[in-house]
Amino acid sequence: MESKDAKKESVESTKSIQSIVPRLQSWDPTATAEVIESLGETTLVVRADKLRRICEFLATDPDCQFSFLSDITPVDNFPIEPRFELNYHMLSIARRQRLRLKLRVSGQDPVAPSVTSVWPAANWHEREAFDLMGIRFEGHPDLSRILMPDDWEGHPLRKDYPVEGFR
Amino acid sequence: MPTTIETATGPAQTMVLNMGPQHPSTHGVLRVVLELDGETVIKAKPIIGYLHTGIEKSCEAKTYSQAITLTDRIDYLAPLSNNLCYCLAVERLLGIEVPKRAQYIRVLLTELTRCASHLVWVGTHAIDLGAMSVFLYGFREREEIMRIFEMISGQRMMTSYFRVGGLALEPPPGYLERIQQFIDRFPGHIDEYETLLTQNRIWMARTQGVGYLSIEDAIALGVSGPLLRASGLGYDVRKFFPYSSYEEFDFDVPTQTAGDCYARYQVRVAELRQSVRIIKQAMEKIPSQGPIRAEVPGVIPPSREEMKTSIEGLIYHFKIFTEGFAPPRGEVYQAIESPRGELGFYVASNGSPKPHRVKVRAPSFVNLQCLPKLVENRLIADVVACIGTTDIVLGEVDR
Repeated sequence: MESKDAKKESVESTKSIQSIVPRLQSWDPTATAEVIESLGETTLVVRADKLRRICEFLATDPDCQFSFLSDITPVDNFPIEPRFELNYHMLSIARRQRLRLKLRVSGQDPVAPSVTSVWPAANWHEREAFDLMGIRFEGHPDLSRILMPDDWEGHPLRKDYPVEGFR
Repeated sequence: MPTTIETATGPAQTMVLNMGPQHPSTHGVLRVVLELDGETVIKAKPIIGYLHTGIEKSCEAKTYSQAITLTDRIDYLAPLSNNLCYCLAVERLLGIEVPKRAQYIRVLLTELTRCASHLVWVGTHAIDLGAMSVFLYGFREREEIMRIFEMISGQRMMTSYFRVGGLALEPPPGYLERIQQFIDRFPGHIDEYETLLTQNRIWMARTQGVGYLSIEDAIALGVSGPLLRASGLGYDVRKFFPYSSYEEFDFDVPTQTAGDCYARYQVRVAELRQSVRIIKQAMEKIPSQGPIRAEVPGVIPPSREEMKTSIEGLIYHFKIFTEGFAPPRGEVYQAIESPRGELGFYVASNGSPKPHRVKVRAPSFVNLQCLPKLVENRLIADVVACIGTTDIVLGEVDR
């Protein structure tokens, strides 16, 4: 009986994730540049200047409630430009849904707006992205290295950084 | 009532104290910089990275199956949870359905892992606060679980038993009887720990009202697992986003509302009992016969028998173990409920046999962010209780 209910719920949740996109577009028609549906996950590609406002909307809007930031994953697509992408994995506990925001960041001057004002959890995630990928976050309260030593040179997770390190 | 003390250089200032990285109660190499006014902590700042080994970078240089051995070493108290999460992520990239028998064995073993991890937690947390006997009892049962893992996978800790598409080996004959013997005795042992701690006056004094975390702070800081559930929100990935057939199991998600160290202790002990329930159901469900690996030629290695008797099997075996397999382009974020909270693996494929990017959403890393909230404006003696109660594994924090 329970398994039936769980299945029904998951079907409903996959249905209603579609409603997030129209909800966001009715709020701001130019909010998302692209919507990707792949492997059961919804990804919204957003522009840097709108990121913080969209995050605020998604976190606080009663129809979205993505109040829980799971993770921020930086990816290096060297040598393709824009070189970096930031994946924001967020979770709505009330709606039982996950959503991914994708922000593309240029390799020349990797800067992204900080979302620590929306989710304090972003603090360490952004420090990690800064430390290992070299992406700077504007508006971050304490942007410093977190895993590597303070005097380390380079950003180890970049694709042009050798696996064994520089010798 | 703060009283100002005159020293040789004027009125006394606050003191900065380095706790760690070498400190027995930090469970590894965590350093906490504490600003103290007398015995009261005014500000705390966790400093991490002393155990950073670059596992995410190493994964990019290995094939998909080689990277499994690295995932064991992220959270060394729950290696099978890491194996499971990584394998589920890669299986979703490949679009593979794992046979039911393998799914149930995965559930069985990850729940045993949860028991082992919580036993280490309750033991070390109690020893931090001065109760030695629980540690000895807890490790007695953990040893049993380690021996079960050794029997099934050949390894006590770094099992690497879950592989993409199923399991590494057919479990040995008699493994279910062995687990049955353990699980029959285990609830009695949980009662034993509870007799030592739950109503213990010293234990209650050291943990009740200590390290309070409100539910709003917990959500804002991304805290998950027993910490979040002890603050009153029953978010459990096994219930919210079932994986590996968890939707077929009947279990409760224990929650508390007090949000202090004692509530977290209660939640974890209740989770031990729920794990026993799941293990019992899994043992009934596991069919005695059946495949333990999906059949996907070119991706999942053929059986030993097939490799030695058919030419296709031999070719696939050779190709998989020399080149590896290449999932189609794509990216997935897979989350599971590890003993510490929401463990997530982001795996991106660029169509080559090596992952383009592997990112671990380590629950310990995120949960540690709430430490300043727990200890600020409390006594320095409570810092030990608060670090213990977050149940961090530094291998996972630093990766």
